[in-house]
Amino acid sequence: MAYPAADSPDPIDAVSGKTIISSADLARIVDRIAHQILEKTDGARDTMLLGIPTRGVPLARRLASRIRSFESVEVPVGALDVTLYRDDLRLRGARAVGPTDLPRGGVDARRVILVDDVLFSGRTIRAALDALADLGRPRIVQLAVLVDRGHRELPIRADYVGKNIPTSVDESVRVLLAETDGIDEIRITGKEPS
Amino acid sequence: MTPPLKLKHLLSAGDLNRDEATLVLDTATEMAATAGREVKKLPTLRGRTVVNLFYEDSTRTRISFEAAAKRLSADVINFSAKGSSVSKGESLKDTALTLQAMGADAVVIRHSASGAPHRLAHWIDGTVINAGDGTHEHPTQALLDAYTIRSRHGRIEGLKVAIVGDVLHSRVARSNVALLHTLGAHVTLVAPPTLLPVGAVAWPVDLGFDLDAVLPTADVVMMLRVQRERMTDSFFPSEREYARRYGLDADRVRSLPSHAIVMHPGPMNRGMEIAPEVADSARSTIVEQVANGVSVRMAVLYLMLGGSR
Repeated sequence: MAYPAADSPDPIDAVSGKTIISSADLARIVDRIAHQILEKTDGARDTMLLGIPTRGVPLARRLASRIRSFESVEVPVGALDVTLYRDDLRLRGARAVGPTDLPRGGVDARRVILVDDVLFSGRTIRAALDALADLGRPRIVQLAVLVDRGHRELPIRADYVGKNIPTSVDESVRVLLAETDGIDEIRITGKEPS
Repeated sequence: MTPPLKLKHLLSAGDLNRDEATLVLDTATEMAATAGREVKKLPTLRGRTVVNLFYEDSTRTRISFEAAAKRLSADVINFSAKGSSVSKGESLKDTALTLQAMGADAVVIRHSASGAPHRLAHWIDGTVINAGDGTHEHPTQALLDAYTIRSRHGRIEGLKVAIVGDVLHSRVARSNVALLHTLGAHVTLVAPPTLLPVGAVAWPVDLGFDLDAVLPTADVVMMLRVQRERMTDSFFPSEREYARRYGLDADRVRSLPSHAIVMHPGPMNRGMEIAPEVADSARSTIVEQVANGVSVRMAVLYLMLGGSR
């Protein structure tokens, strides 16, 4: 399965930043979110996972595969690109548009769980909610993130949080996944080289 | 983050390198996917103004740009020379300065003079997109043709494309030669000697005069309109003779490989460069090209206007 290359402004080199979550811990966190989803959604009934590219998409697939192995329920997975709905295009420039692909049947009357790697300002999720509204009318929309690093700029919160990581605004939190980066871990990079 | 398209203006298909052209085609694929949505409108260019400045008649290009801009929520102002102050003698420059004063973020221009978009780009601050200038270039047509080829064949690299007919007067041919060469296709121009420009020997193409020799190996046949309105001379003896030697009829289509597609930028002279039964056949992508035009122009507008200036 090929994923579009990450368009991060400064590509992560092998040594930059401090690893705060290792591969085994990351797998445990994904397992826990999967359990929480099952618990809070009555066994994932009428539920679909929509990953936000780039890393939300493989995360959504992993969650679906964990849910399948725990309770043998098949949760549809899709991708929801939010680029065309962003409010920072003028500031940061037009960028490549990622794929949007919805599971069959669409989002109408379903429980849609948006999946992203890091929750920061909340602006990506705001864009995702707008994009979702143009695709149909879900019965309920929830949010699952691997990392909540704080510093919200909008009244948005996640329903499922893998890990709360307190950060300063200057720092940057990077989730690396085997599917996109060849390795599973979470790194934190400071302003000055550590 | 560097914007993916560094172009300020799109004046020629040669302005795009291979990565940039591929980015436009990839973005167009995503834009096409939004056409199947419940709400087709995207908020991306809200608050931007796109002016369609058309000095020459056009159906599909103008409507296509208008639809593309509106799908992206831009405000669209349509200007056609007929019924404007141009008929009172206003110059292109004065018209341009008027548009500038109105705050146009992009001007899409079609003009009968080659180089008019280039001049315009020097006069105004906004982005200029060439929608066809004289016999020079029509870059968005080349992009939509490349998109159509890619969606039918899955690739462009290595394909054999025959561009047939009135190359001399065709901006579509010039833009297609540049873009298809950039994307790695082998282009052969087939035309009566009188309708091949003198400079074509320097283009990255093969030249031929015999259509029947080219068809059996072509993956794509692109028929050009015979542009009678630009013809100031007699370039061929009669329409019947042109059709017999360079028209694509059902017999010639049978000599094409089974996977080959037939393209035409429109408007067609049915019965002259293309037979009606060929134009309406399953191999023909003519209607598809029009639909793809909207997606490709959405991609161009987004990539050129979406970012900061």
